[in-house]
Parts: sequence; structure tokens; C-alpha cells
Amino acid sequence: MARMKFLCDADRCIDCNACVTACKNENEVPWGINRRRVVTINDGKPGERSVSMACMHCTDAPCAAVCPVSCFYTTADGVVLHSKDLCIGCGYCFYACPFGAPQYPRVGNFGSRGKMDKCTYCAGGPEPDNTPLQYEKYGANRLSEGKLPLCAEMCSTKSLLAGDGDIIAQIYKDRVAQRGYGSGAWGWQTAYRETIET
Amino acid sequence: MATLCARFRLIVAATAILIFAVVALPATAQQPNAVNPTADAVKEQQLLQQFNRIQGLGQIPDTKSYVIEQPMGRVWRQFHEVWLHWIGSIAVLGMLALLILFYLIRGMVRIAPGRSGVKIVRFTAFERFMHWMTATCFIILGLTGLNITFGKDVLLPLMGPSAFSSWSRAAKYAHNFVSFPFTLGVILIFVVWLAGNIPNRVDIEWIKRGGGIVGHDHPPAYRFNAGQKAVYWIVVLGGTAVAVSGYMLIFPFYVTNIAGMQIAQAIHGVVALLFVAVMLAHIYIGTIGMEGAFEAMGEGTVDLNWAKEHHSLWLEEEGARTGPGEMLRQPAANHGFSVTDSNVSRS
Repeated sequence: MARMKFLCDADRCIDCNACVTACKNENEVPWGINRRRVVTINDGKPGERSVSMACMHCTDAPCAAVCPVSCFYTTADGVVLHSKDLCIGCGYCFYACPFGAPQYPRVGNFGSRGKMDKCTYCAGGPEPDNTPLQYEKYGANRLSEGKLPLCAEMCSTKSLLAGDGDIIAQIYKDRVAQRGYGSGAWGWQTAYRETIET
Repeated sequence: MATLCARFRLIVAATAILIFAVVALPATAQQPNAVNPTADAVKEQQLLQQFNRIQGLGQIPDTKSYVIEQPMGRVWRQFHEVWLHWIGSIAVLGMLALLILFYLIRGMVRIAPGRSGVKIVRFTAFERFMHWMTATCFIILGLTGLNITFGKDVLLPLMGPSAFSSWSRAAKYAHNFVSFPFTLGVILIFVVWLAGNIPNRVDIEWIKRGGGIVGHDHPPAYRFNAGQKAVYWIVVLGGTAVAVSGYMLIFPFYVTNIAGMQIAQAIHGVVALLFVAVMLAHIYIGTIGMEGAFEAMGEGTVDLNWAKEHHSLWLEEEGARTGPGEMLRQPAANHGFSVTDSNVSRS
């Protein structure tokens, strides 16, 4: 089985936000929630870089470890998913997540958190694949149809890569070798405890 | 004339080319042969080492999403999953074990001369209401809080995922809502019992003589002895700490950012677990640990002999204030104590 990962080549990202829009449309994400976002570091200064970030589907995921009701599970492809039926909206996965991926629709009292929503790697949730129920709760299940997440598929500069970790790491390595520079595989050290030697 | 014109045009053209060449040459000379667009580029590792997290500017309105990496989350996970479990288990189970051991060795502390049959008012109805409101809230908050940290290890295997989630969801709501009367109770306790809980010299002697817990001594005490004062300040300070840190978590991002919320959760967890351990001891001494203690907060009165043993100076004060015969049905609250050195010298 492949170990699915995301890789954002920040030297290619042009901050067009197509990945954000594609994600929202494909998954019909609830209002106010962005499973993916593009953030520009050192905006307007020399050497600024934009990075597209979402759930990185960590190895030994912190969200899963801290969940008080153990609602997370990792698929055979290494994708970290959760059950919205079990989630109690406590906010702990948000404290633990190094990438700010979990988000909660505001429901009821105070800033009270509803059931957590995050990137599913376009792989749905615990319900049977490609059922309306699964789509309503978690969005598209492209992985079961043999397709990759739409954010990466739509990336106009192929900055955002999705797929088997070894393959996308090799693509990035080749790019860096050819053009002679690379600002690194953002988040890989934190998420996967490994960097891409270039 | 025609040749003059042609010659002039030639001179103009030559000058123009010369000027162009002079202006353009330095420009091309400045352009290096190999371009390195990443010379100034931000590097992930460098940013993480410098700031411990990475944030920038985004386009969506959700400004908290501009933090794209905060590896501190892994540290918080270590705290919550390992350290907090150890702290909690040792504090709560250790206290339970100690209390059981103490009970087996010492048993219930009896009123040595037996009950006199004469009752003296110790806590007014309002004081008891205040105490029991806070106590009820504390038990609910304690159990639902323990569930968040230990439930998945203890209850989840017993209840199954679905039932455990339903219970935990209700527990979360209870925890959030009950926090309000609890906070009110802590504030009331602080205000109403402050006067009797200022530490003084009597406390030092009380502690030196083991407070009657160690040994069978009965050191003198005013309305609250040093042990009760300790419980008071633990409730006031600990209650404030859990309330403030708790509201920072109920209202995410109102007061603090993600790093502040991690610290708030750590304080909330540690203080709350130690609080539970201390309250177990408080419950013990107020029920099976000591004869005649529970009725003080239960019915509001205590036996005269109990008061003589445990709060001799308070009893004298009450007697002096109301006269020995009248004090029996007088509420003990609504008056401030002024503990002076002259009082202390009696002991």
C-alpha cells in the first residue's frame, strides 16, 4: 500500500488559492471552514514564499493520540480520518495539531465547538464509500475512485503534490537538482519525522 | 547642403548609439551570470529554530489559520498523554491509598468525652448553601474532567465507542455549564469566609502540634484551624486558576492564541487533578474521618464537646459574644473576627 502524503514546493507556489477553492467546492465544506489555506511568509519582502497547508496526515498523528474519545483512525494508505459521529468537539486535536488542521463549526453557546472538520485527503470517512451520507459529512471520496485530492490535481504550477510519499519526494528531489535550489518540504520533519535530502 | 544634412544625421545617430551603449552597458554588467532566486528565501528549518512556529499572511478571514506550523503541539501531546496521566494517577490514587491506610491505622477520630447533647450553631443556612452548591459543582466538574483525560482508558473499553461518545458529549456540556455556578461558589466562599481564614500565630502552633491528625493532641484553634485555612486557600486560589484557565478554553481565541491555550490547558489539568486529590482528603475528614464533623455542614450545628476539642478559641469567642447560655442558637456568621496577639497569648 502506498503511504499518501502532501508536499508543497514553496518555490513554485504562486499564491493563487486555486487549491483552497477546489477543496471547498469538491467537498462542499461548511461555511467558515477552510480545510486548506495558502499562507505567505515574509509577504512583500525579498524572499517571500507562499505555502499551501492542510492536514498533513501525520505519522503517529498527535490528533489521534490526544482525542478523548478515540474518534481517529489511519487508513491503509496512511490517511488520518475521523468519525464525526464519535467526535464531541472538545478542541483537543486543535491544541495538538502542528498544522492547525482541525476546525469546528460554531454551534450553540459561547464559542462552542461543533463536530471537528478537517482535510480527509479526499478520502471520505467511516461510512460506506461514495454514499450520500459519507459525502454530506466528509465530502468527496476521490481516493476510492483512484483519484488524488483535487487541491493537488488542480495546482496550476504543480507546486502542491499529493500521492505516494516516496514518489512525490523523488519528484521534488529531481526538481531541486535541476533548478539548483529548494526551500524544503514544508512540514515534513514535523509530520513524518523525515526530510527530503536534496 | 544635402551632404551637410547627411553628415549631421550621421553624427546624431552615432551619438545616440554611443549614449545608448554607455547607459545600457552597466545595466548588463550588473546582471550576474547565474541567478539564485533563493538567496534571501525563507527556510522552514530556520524559521522553526527562530520562532518555534511559522506564520504569515493569508487571504481568508480566519486569521488564526495564518499559523501554518506549530510543532509545540507535539510537546502538548506529550504533556497530555504522558505527564498529565502520571501526575493525575499518582495524585488521585496516591491520595486514596493514603486515606485508606490512614483510616485503617487511625480510624474515626472520636469525640473523646462523648457527645454533650448541647448543639452550637457553626454554619448558617447561606454558608451551607454556598458550600454545597460549590461542592456539587465540583463533583460534577471533577468526574466529567477526569473522563476527558482518563475516560478513554477506563470507560471506553467498558462502554463501547458509541455510548462512550454520547456520555462524553453530555459530560462536556455539563462541564462547560456547571463551571458558572462553581465560579460563583468560589467567589462567595472567598468573600464570606475570608475573615476567618487569615493565617496567624495560632496556626503555627497548630501545625507544630500536628493538628490532632498526628497523635491525639487537640491544639487550640479559632473558627478555622490551619488545616481548614489551607483548604480554604486551595479552593480560592486553585478555583481561580481552574476557572480562569477553563474560560480561556471555553472561549477559544477570545483571550489568547494557540500557545496560550496549550499553557491554559496544562495549568487547568494539573491544578484540577491536584484539586481533586486535596478534596478527597477534605471529604474524608468531613465524613468518616472524624466524629461530629459532617453535621457542621449538614445541619449547621456541632456538639459542644466537638467544638471544645477542635475549635476551643472559637467557642470562647462565641461564648464571650453571646453569653454561655444564649449562644446555642445564634448563627456564627455575619460577624468578622479580629484575631489579635492578645487572643493568641492565651494558648
